[in-house]
Amino acid sequence: MAKLTMVQALNQALDQLLAKDKSVLILGEYVGVDGGVFRVTDGLIKKYPVQVFDTPLAESGIVGTSIGLAINGMKPIAEMQFMGFFFPAFNQIASHLARYRNRTRGTIHLPVVIRIPCHGGIRALEHHSEATEAIFAQIPGLKVVMPSTPYDAKGLLIASVNDPDPVIFLEPMKVYRSLREEVPEEMYEVPIGKANVIQQGTDMTVITWGSYIKDVLDAVKDAPYSIELIDLRTISPLDNETLIASAMKTGRVLIIQEAPKTCSTSSEISSRIHEKCFLSLKAPVKRITGYDLTMPLPAGEEYYLVNKPRIHTAMKELMEY
Amino acid sequence: MPSYFAMTIEKYDPEKGQMLQILDPDGKLLKGVKGLLSDADVLKLYQVMVLSRMTDKKALAMQRQGRLITYIPQSGQEAAAAASVFALEKTDWIVPAFREMAGWLLRGVRLSEVFTYLRGNEQGSKNFPNHKMTPLSIPIGSQIPHAVGISWAAKLRGEKTVALVFFGDGATSEGDFHEGVNFGGVFKTPTIFFCMNNQWAISVPRTIQTASKTIAQKAVAYGIPGVLVDGNDIFAVHLATKEAADRARAGKGPTLIEAYTYRQGPHTTADDPRKYRTEAEEAKWLCKDPIARVRKYLDKKRLWDDKRQAALEAECEKVIEDAVEEAEKIVYNPHDIFNYHYAELTQELKEQYEEFKKTLGGTHG
Repeated sequence: MAKLTMVQALNQALDQLLAKDKSVLILGEYVGVDGGVFRVTDGLIKKYPVQVFDTPLAESGIVGTSIGLAINGMKPIAEMQFMGFFFPAFNQIASHLARYRNRTRGTIHLPVVIRIPCHGGIRALEHHSEATEAIFAQIPGLKVVMPSTPYDAKGLLIASVNDPDPVIFLEPMKVYRSLREEVPEEMYEVPIGKANVIQQGTDMTVITWGSYIKDVLDAVKDAPYSIELIDLRTISPLDNETLIASAMKTGRVLIIQEAPKTCSTSSEISSRIHEKCFLSLKAPVKRITGYDLTMPLPAGEEYYLVNKPRIHTAMKELMEY
Repeated sequence: MPSYFAMTIEKYDPEKGQMLQILDPDGKLLKGVKGLLSDADVLKLYQVMVLSRMTDKKALAMQRQGRLITYIPQSGQEAAAAASVFALEKTDWIVPAFREMAGWLLRGVRLSEVFTYLRGNEQGSKNFPNHKMTPLSIPIGSQIPHAVGISWAAKLRGEKTVALVFFGDGATSEGDFHEGVNFGGVFKTPTIFFCMNNQWAISVPRTIQTASKTIAQKAVAYGIPGVLVDGNDIFAVHLATKEAADRARAGKGPTLIEAYTYRQGPHTTADDPRKYRTEAEEAKWLCKDPIARVRKYLDKKRLWDDKRQAALEAECEKVIEDAVEEAEKIVYNPHDIFNYHYAELTQELKEQYEEFKKTLGGTHG
């Protein structure tokens, strides 16, 4: 089995999806000849010249035409260049993409996937490092997915394209090339809506996703506790079952997220755990989150992002509560 | 375009501002015009326009009685709505805004479905796509890129299908107008951008939307043809749309049509035009009424008379009454609010649905 980076795994998935189904299309800025700014679509326009399109620089146009393409039977995969650049397309996403199935009472559904590189840690310019997944999770009708490994990236992307409903597919840039793992050559799906229990434990549950997986895994290895580590993999719909089962088992939950704290994914997980298994908890759910601040430019990024001491302190506080 | 025109759409220069008119407000056809629309065609258009106009009257009354949610009056724009759709094939897509009822009805949408939607039930839109028509689009101009995508899909599959999108003069100020028409120009999609310039976006006149002399001339910047037509003239609207559709089918790309027309009524039932425009202006436009114009044409050709008019109105009244009755009979199914957000309910929604069902008590559970 070949060891691939997330970029390579995504490229392979796209290649196979385009080959298998002629109605699968790729649209975006620089996704053609240039292969996208991260080379996720590298070489695809040469192999599939009638399925891959370099578009004008117009995010609303990209999502808006993708909606039309899907209304008329296509399966577009649209790329937004960076998470800070999806805002011009937000009206199309929130007002139409998410609503078409309900608006037509099921007559039309839109199998559109919007790929967006996200999160920080790569020392990028302003607007290139946002963590706004909760904004999408607030919109009924969307699914929001975020792989943290090459294997999951391929399987979740294939599942997203095969899903009959629109999926916001978030790709943590920090993981794009920093991790290699064995990825099967054949097509496979990692189910949407299913969290991944990376390791079992009994003292506490640690929940994270996306770009933080590696940092959290490092901190978990060095911690003197038996930790159950969960990679969320899907932001919406949340995998209540797995999260609640783990919280009931360990009685202690630490959620670690890059996004700002208020009204975030961690807020939702925390409140569901408190609602569903309050009496099983040995301590209130603890959170390490981004501050409710704009992501600093690279010179200040390290002060915003999580680090091992912060994680260890939180774990200790949770155990000693 | 037939030879009695000095130019084809491609040679037409929208920056000169000349407006295509074939049937004048007195019902007189431009000299030399023959065979554009048969008598049967004109009668069919006339009937659907009258039905749309009479629906307006009924709907306004119903809204005041609290039997409809906010209503969107259609009066004044029936020619542009009907004659454009009439120029298309049944396999072509229509992407509406919300003031093109005569076109929807012509396409086969049932009046009862329109009333169902206007009574605030999504069920009304369920069947629209089966007529190759998308649901009404409320966020201004946002449907324009959809038409580009729909027609692009057809082009990619090698089908000869066209998509026509309706939008108003106000929509041309939105970013999605620019992005949509620009994509259409770049990818040469078989799209017809049909602007209903009805002079008013609620209370804001056309002059505040753009400093362009015409909306049609905006086409020049996108590298596509644009044409200004008298939107109250079924012949001009039909001819321009037909030629735009032919061009699209021949792989020549999109066309922008500006239909110059007038919203005779308020924007919606929640609007009062007395605040921003004069009765004198409205009276001036009433002289150019699209339906009266066709009536004059039919009268001159001895194809119509008061007796036939009375019979048509009686028939329309019956159609409207039946549609209202059918729509008012539909009982809202509260379970539907859960049934259509995803192909399958999520874990969380399943739980919320169970909670919801308890709130319904015995009546709906």
